[in-house]
Amino acid sequence: MDATPQKLPSNPIPRILAEKETKIVARDVNVYYGDKHAIKHLSIDIPDRAVSAFIGPSGCGKSTFLRCINRMNDTIPSARVTGQILVDGKDIHDRDLDVVQLRARVGMVFQKPNPFPKSIFENIAYGPRIHGIAKSKADLEEIVVNSLKKAGLFEEVKDRLSHSGTSLSGGQQQRLCIARAIAVNPEIILMDEPCSALDPIASARIEELIDEIRQNYCIIIVTHSMQQAARVSQLTAFFHLGDLVEIGDTEDMFTAPKNKRTQDYITGRFG
Amino acid sequence: MTDFSKKLDPALVAKRYASERRFRAYGAVALAISVLFLVYLIVDIAVKAWPSFFEHHIVLKVELDPARIDPAQVQKGDFNGIIKDGLRAAFPNVTTRADSKKLMAQLSTGTGDDLRILTVANPAMIGTTVNASALLSDDADLYFKGMHAPTLKTPGQTNLQIAKDGENYLFTGDLSQLVAGQIVRANGGAFRITSMEPGGAKAEVLLTPDTLNSLVAGNWDILSFAAIEVDRRIDDRAVVLLEAMRDKGIVEKHFSWRFFSSGDSREPELAGLRGAITGSLLTVVMTLLLSLPLGIAAAIYLEEFAPKNNWTQFIEVNINNLAAVPSIIFGLLGLAVFIGFFGLPRSVPLVGGLVLALLVLPTIIIASRAALNAVPPSIKEAALGVGASHLQAIFHHVLPLAVPGILTGTILGVARALGETAPLLMIGMVAFIVDVPNGFRDAATVLPVQIYLWSDLPEIAFQSRTAAAIIVLLVVLFCLNAIAIYLRKRFERRW
Repeated sequence: MDATPQKLPSNPIPRILAEKETKIVARDVNVYYGDKHAIKHLSIDIPDRAVSAFIGPSGCGKSTFLRCINRMNDTIPSARVTGQILVDGKDIHDRDLDVVQLRARVGMVFQKPNPFPKSIFENIAYGPRIHGIAKSKADLEEIVVNSLKKAGLFEEVKDRLSHSGTSLSGGQQQRLCIARAIAVNPEIILMDEPCSALDPIASARIEELIDEIRQNYCIIIVTHSMQQAARVSQLTAFFHLGDLVEIGDTEDMFTAPKNKRTQDYITGRFG
Repeated sequence: MTDFSKKLDPALVAKRYASERRFRAYGAVALAISVLFLVYLIVDIAVKAWPSFFEHHIVLKVELDPARIDPAQVQKGDFNGIIKDGLRAAFPNVTTRADSKKLMAQLSTGTGDDLRILTVANPAMIGTTVNASALLSDDADLYFKGMHAPTLKTPGQTNLQIAKDGENYLFTGDLSQLVAGQIVRANGGAFRITSMEPGGAKAEVLLTPDTLNSLVAGNWDILSFAAIEVDRRIDDRAVVLLEAMRDKGIVEKHFSWRFFSSGDSREPELAGLRGAITGSLLTVVMTLLLSLPLGIAAAIYLEEFAPKNNWTQFIEVNINNLAAVPSIIFGLLGLAVFIGFFGLPRSVPLVGGLVLALLVLPTIIIASRAALNAVPPSIKEAALGVGASHLQAIFHHVLPLAVPGILTGTILGVARALGETAPLLMIGMVAFIVDVPNGFRDAATVLPVQIYLWSDLPEIAFQSRTAAAIIVLLVVLFCLNAIAIYLRKRFERRW
C-alpha cells in the first residue's frame, strides 16, 4: 500500500474493517463541480466482501463520491477530483490505468433502472462481449444465465430472453441491471440509490439479492432509507454537506451514533 | 359534504372556460383556412396537370417500305415520311399543297418515333403494311382534350341544294339554320359560309367534297364556334381535318408514358421528365453521399467529444447561422469554388450535389445533434458503467437510439435539397438539356428547375406540363416524407 494512512474521521476503527480485507482506500479526496466544493477532504476505507452504505441528506456528496470510484465523474466536464483513491492499492487516477478496465472491475447500478432498449439477453451479453470475456456463443449463454441466476431473475425471464429489457417491471429491470453489472465479473459493485424508483416489495427483493451476493463482492450502496442501510449493510458512512461525518459498524451507527449530526439525521430531526 | 361552488367566484370560472373555448375556436378556424388553401392549391394543380398524363394518337395504315427503311440501319429509316404517307392516303380529299401542309401540321414532329422503336424491335415488320399509332401535335392534342375554344356540332335538319358558283359554292333551299362564319360539312367535304344573301348562302370550300348531291336532313351537320377564327389557336381548316379524324374513329387516347420516359423537348407533346428526374436523383445521391456522413460525424463530435470552450461555441453559432443563409448564396459559393477554383464542369449533378450538400449540412447537423441530445444520458451511463469506451457507448447505444431523429432530419434536409432551385441556377443546371444524363459528370437539370423552365415557355401545352411536373415533384417529396415516417416508426424504440 503506497498511501500514507491518515486518521479516519471516527475512532475506533470499525470492526468490519478489521475482519475483512480493505478493498478501497480514499485519502483526502476533494471533488469540485465548477466552483462548488462537493466533497471536502474525504478519507475512508471500504471493506471487501461486505456491504457499505452511504447515507445522508440530498446533496451531501455521497453519490458524488460513489461516482468517483469508477471515475464516472470524468463524463461531467466541470467536475474536478483531487486526492487519492486506491482500489487494491492501485491509484485509479494513475496515468497507466485504463478507465475502461477500471469500470469493468467496478460495476455500477444506477438510481433509475436503465436497461438498454435491447433484448434481455443482449443487455447482459453486451459487457462480456465488448470485453471479450466469452470465448464462444455457449460461453456467452452460460454467462447470461449465470448472471440472471445470481440476480435472482432467471426463473422469471427464462422463457423470454429475447424480449425487450424495457418490457420488464421496474423491480425486474433493476435486477436486470444488477445482472448486467455482475456479468462482467466486477470486484466492486456501486449502487446509487438502487431502490428509490421501486415499490417496497421490489425493494425488498433487491435487498435480499444484495445480501445473497455480498459474500463475493465489495458492495457500496447509497441510500436515503435508513432502514435499508440498517438491513443490508455492515458498514455505514454518514455524509453531510460534503463531509464524511461519521463512519462505523452499522449496528453501532444506528444504535449509538457518536456524532450529534448523525444522531439528528438518523432520528429524523433533519434531512 | 363541502360545497365546491362556494370556493370560487362563478364568474371567474365561466370566464376561464370561455377563454379556453375562444382559443380552441381560433385554432380550428386557423386550421380550416390553412386546409382550404392547401386543398385549393393541390386540386388546382392536379386539375391543370391531369391532361398532361394523356396523349392523342391517330391510327393509320402505313406501309413499311423497304425503300425508305434500310434493314441494316432501321434506326435511320424515314418513319415520319411513312406516317405522313399513311395520313395522306387516309385523306384523299386533301389535294392542295396548303391543305396538305395543314394536315401534316396536325402530326407531331416526332410522330414516327413510336413506329421507329417498334420496327427496331421487330425488323420482320419491314415490307409489310401495319396499323401505326402516330402522335399528334400539341395543338391537335389539346383540341381533342377540349382545351381549345369549344366547337359546337349541330345536325342539319333541313334540305339544301348546293351548286358551284365560280370559285365558291352557293347553298339554296331552307337556309334557316345557316349563319355566316359557320362550317357546313356534307358529302365528305366542308364549306365555310362567307355571307348570307337573298339568292342563297355563299360558301368557300375548306375540304373538297366527293360529290355535289343535295343535302338531306340528317346527312349533314354544322360546326359553329364560340370564338372567331383569329382568336382561336386552331383555325377552321384544322378543325375540319381534326373533326374528320374523329369521325373516322382513328383518334385514340393513351396514357402518356412518354412524359416519364423521354427527356426535355421544345415540342410540348414530346417533352418528358426523365432527364429532370434522373438529374434530381443523381444530384440527391451526391448530396446524401456527402452530407450524411459529414453531418452525422460533425454532430457526434460536437455533441460528445468537442471541448466546451469558446471556439466550439463559435462553431455552433455559425452552424446555426449557416442554416439560415439564403440558398442562392450557396449557389454563388459553388460557382466560385467548385467551378471557378476547382474547375469542375458546369451544369452537372456532381457540382449540384456538392452545393446542395453544403446547403443541407447545417440542417442535418442540427437535427442529428438534437437527436443525440435527446437520448437519455442514463443509457450512455449504463454502457460506460459496464466498461464500454466512450466511442463504444456512442456507437452501440446512443447512435442507434438517435437514428430515427437523424433520419427525420436528414430526409427533411434532402426534401429541401430536392426542391431547391436557386443555387442550381447559379451553377448552370438551368440549361435546356434534351439528353437524359448518364452520370454525375453529364449535363443535367433537376425537377424544380424543369418546372421553372417550362413555366416560362409560350406553348399552351406547356402550362399543363408544368402543372404535371409540379405534381411529380410533390409526389416524390410526399414519398420521401412517407419513407421518413416509416423509418422513424421502424427504428423508434421505447426506453
